[in-house]
Amino acid sequence: MAETRYTKDHEYIRVEGDTGTVGITDYAQGQLGDVVFVELPSVGKALSKGGEAAVVESVKAASEVYAPVSGEVVAVNSELEAAPGTVNEDPAGKGWFVKIKLTNTGELDGLLSEAEYQDYVKTL
Amino acid sequence: MRYLPLTETDREDMLARIGVTDVDALFSDVPNGKLLKEPLDLPRAKGELEVERILGKMSSKNTAAGSVPFFVGAGAYKHHVPATVDHLIQRSEFLTSYTPYQPEIAQGTLQYLFEFQTQVAALTGMEVANASMYDGSTGTAEAVLMAHRVTRRRKAVLSGGLHPHYTQVVETLSEMANDEVVALKPDIRATEDILAAIDDSVSCVVVQSPDVFGNLRDLKPIADKAHAHGALLIAVFTEVVSLGAVTPPGAQDADIVVGEGQSIGNALNFGGPYVGLFAAKSKYIRQMPGRLCGETVDADGRRGFVLTLSTREQHIRRDKATSNICTNSGLCVLAFTIHMTLLGQAGLTRLAEVNHANAVKLADALSGVKGAEILTESFFNEFTVKLAKPAAEVAEALAARGILAGVPVSRLLPGAGLDDLLIVANTEVNTDEDRAAFVAALAEVL
Amino acid sequence: MLNRQGRPSQAGEASAEVHETFTGNRALQQIEPLIFEIGHHETTGVDIDKPAPFKSRLGKHARQGEIGLPGLSEPETMRHYVRLSQKNYGIDTGLFPLGSCTMKHNARLNEKVARLPGFSDVHPLQPTSTVPGALDVMLELARYLMTLTGMPAVALSPKAGAHGEACGMMAIKAAIAAKGEGATRTVVLVPESAHGTNPATAALIGFSVKAVPARPDGTVAVEDVKALLGPDVAAIMLTNPNTCGIFEPQIVEIAAAMHEAGAYFYCDGANFNAIVGKARPGDLGVDAMHINLHKTFSTPHGGGGPGAGPVVLSERLAPYAPVPFIHVEGGKSRLVEHKADAPEGSDPFGRMTAFHGQMGMYVRALAYMLSHGADGMKQASEDAVLNANYIRAGLADLMSLPFPDHPSMHEALFDDEWLKGTGVTTLDFAKAMIDEGYHPMTVYFPLVVHGAMLIEPTESESKASLDLFIATLRDLAIAAKGNDKSRFTAAPHHAPMRRLDETRAARQPVLKWEKPAPVKEAAE
Repeated sequence: MAETRYTKDHEYIRVEGDTGTVGITDYAQGQLGDVVFVELPSVGKALSKGGEAAVVESVKAASEVYAPVSGEVVAVNSELEAAPGTVNEDPAGKGWFVKIKLTNTGELDGLLSEAEYQDYVKTL
Repeated sequence: MRYLPLTETDREDMLARIGVTDVDALFSDVPNGKLLKEPLDLPRAKGELEVERILGKMSSKNTAAGSVPFFVGAGAYKHHVPATVDHLIQRSEFLTSYTPYQPEIAQGTLQYLFEFQTQVAALTGMEVANASMYDGSTGTAEAVLMAHRVTRRRKAVLSGGLHPHYTQVVETLSEMANDEVVALKPDIRATEDILAAIDDSVSCVVVQSPDVFGNLRDLKPIADKAHAHGALLIAVFTEVVSLGAVTPPGAQDADIVVGEGQSIGNALNFGGPYVGLFAAKSKYIRQMPGRLCGETVDADGRRGFVLTLSTREQHIRRDKATSNICTNSGLCVLAFTIHMTLLGQAGLTRLAEVNHANAVKLADALSGVKGAEILTESFFNEFTVKLAKPAAEVAEALAARGILAGVPVSRLLPGAGLDDLLIVANTEVNTDEDRAAFVAALAEVL
Repeated sequence: MLNRQGRPSQAGEASAEVHETFTGNRALQQIEPLIFEIGHHETTGVDIDKPAPFKSRLGKHARQGEIGLPGLSEPETMRHYVRLSQKNYGIDTGLFPLGSCTMKHNARLNEKVARLPGFSDVHPLQPTSTVPGALDVMLELARYLMTLTGMPAVALSPKAGAHGEACGMMAIKAAIAAKGEGATRTVVLVPESAHGTNPATAALIGFSVKAVPARPDGTVAVEDVKALLGPDVAAIMLTNPNTCGIFEPQIVEIAAAMHEAGAYFYCDGANFNAIVGKARPGDLGVDAMHINLHKTFSTPHGGGGPGAGPVVLSERLAPYAPVPFIHVEGGKSRLVEHKADAPEGSDPFGRMTAFHGQMGMYVRALAYMLSHGADGMKQASEDAVLNANYIRAGLADLMSLPFPDHPSMHEALFDDEWLKGTGVTTLDFAKAMIDEGYHPMTVYFPLVVHGAMLIEPTESESKASLDLFIATLRDLAIAAKGNDKSRFTAAPHHAPMRRLDETRAARQPVLKWEKPAPVKEAAE
């Protein structure tokens, strides 16, 4: 059963087993505006929690996407290179960025639940 | 004061509207005692006539290139610029506009930038070009940084044929950024073994052709060796007119091409403002410095142009930007692109042919002078002459005779033991009489 | 003479309808194709005689094949660029209130003198004995800049503001290295409100950047700076007046704190126009400051350059000024082009650019300074500040001021608080100004303010011009609050182009003209 957790930087991670799919939330894509470019890490790269995992660019902004947890990159969504707009259209689905093999599932506990994240967004 | 429209009455009315009695009340955040009470020790305002007189006097103390037989080059060249160019760049809408941040009312600027980028790409044989750098030297330093970003290495190899000022600019920036530079020693006859300096630690090789001594260089073998080691070839030129006659760097597999564009459309200006040309392979586009203009459509579907890929730039990316450049060489770009439009490839090819023909004539004539030897084998419009006396002395003696003869290598490389070398340029502006005068005077001086 | 031709002499019928034209042109607004679409490879607008036959010395380097560049005849060239120019807005067109850019009047006298052959037609490497007047210009400009800033030295050669920043930061780095602290002092403090060039420059020179928070009143507090100071800090880069248009009240204390901690104060001089003749950076504790000659001293912006960015330096940094510079000794001036030629006590950190910098800009700036004089430059600063505050006073009741507690200097900053709930954004408001015949103000900068609108009128505007500008913005503001949304969200309606699709430009970059693929013949 997949479980989705969130960061205050508006990344989500959907965990199945020891693998997590990382992307940005619908709120984040709305704030960014039209996404025009996505810079992805190479497969095999070791990420540490809070470190830069990817860069997402709109016309007038470039934002880092941080790794919600530590782990190794096992897949990247290379479809985004040709179709960066997918991040706007389907952020939680086809607009994912990277899949991470978690090194410490305990790190998930520090992240926000769906309800907690939605409450957090309301305060912004 | 003719430039200030407000009257004393205006000022009083405006202060009253703001609700203060004195303009200094608006400077209330200036710390105590730091607001100047007395006028500074500088002259008072002057009328237009007086300013013209003062600056005219200063100007007349200088020897203008157009007033004498003139053979000075080494990175900046005297060419004829059509009258149309200077007229057009002084149109208010070009001269007094800003960087085109509001594209709906800046299509004039944006379209010429797009045309310029296309021209530079075609000239250099490269896939993409940016909207300009300050000049060739700063563009070269930026190219080195770009190669470091692409290769994730931090060591540049500079050819001994690179203009010494360019070498120094690269060295200065690299030293500050803790990057390594290997500058090969001055290479008068293009015989250096630059291939030997390329290995897996090298980020880029920087080679100029025509080089500062005038030699035309073969770039392809250098590109091949660089690529075999995961390094980039940065090709540099200081005389853009040469591209009308010689194989462009793009055809020799250069990865980044940097050039000084002053020769087309721009005056000598004692060294600036000039215009840096910057082109690259398109796969490196996101690592390029400077502005890029791109095509798009407006809300009605009509073709228009905007500045694009701006997330590379300082105003968005801040400390992660590809460069800190903001203001570039806008109006010099306009002068370049207008002149290049007037020339077209037909005119540029002919202009290059005349430059080369004139240089060959001069080289032939100078080689007949006792005590002068032409060292450069294949060249475009500039070559190096070895003299029987120190070149700086000879240049001074010729200047005293009303001839500006060239650049002594010692001016660029003092203490390098190259005091007997003179770099001589010859463009379309030089006549047979100019050349005859030069040859005769040189024979006298030597 | 009778009107036998039957020519009508009255105005035609009134009509609200706008007709599409056959050409797509709109009278003076002409659609202009690219040169690649109208030119030909064999066409040229220059006449150059073919040289007599000669033996080429190009060797194997002779170009093969076409360059692929069209040419235009002279009349076609003239028309092409004149039509392009008509799609542009310049200072000569109207008020250009672009904050932080100082779009002031560009006197044509300056253009005229810069084109004197003794300035424009001299080569940087011709014997210095043939260019004493050029050296005089550089010395005179340097004297003016040092006097206006109260600083003992100036490096003239940087090519623009950002290049000047690099020069100043390199001098600081050299000074730190000379003290043996090069390895430890690696951090540069930059306020959040800074121009993007500041952090970009610091990073370029190999420093890491630490942000200084902005206080709620738009200024930098000395306590916040002190909290970040340590043996790792090399310098602070602070704009003054700052990007919110406020003179930093604690600037002297900040400078002192930096010096006490063994660090340096770099001042971004982009906003120098507010204080010329009123206050001197040298009196405030500044160690290095670039001056944008193309802002404060009116050398034209030319659609994005060229500029010039001389850097004034304090006593502590002066020895490290880069080559070239002019050294005066015993009444004689000498151009120093190499480190080895530097006089006693000088230790240049290197070279910023080939040759000697932006001579063409030096002449224009000097002409500006001579024309204004000490009195005119002081008056210009006062008028620039007066004009900004007059606009602020005229709009403050309708638009929101994020920092009402400080007077504005030469620019007035508003935020978009007042637009909340209207459905109109700062960008929409700016685009509606275009329809009214104005260039928009700077928008969305500084970043510390939401939906920023930064208005810098400069001293070049008359009171009548300001009054009309204020009335126009008031009318727009009332319309925005009155739900007249379409006036904004679809603006501009009357510009040469409607709003452009920047997303498309960035997603599929087209950065040069490509020859269209030949249309395939229909299959028979």
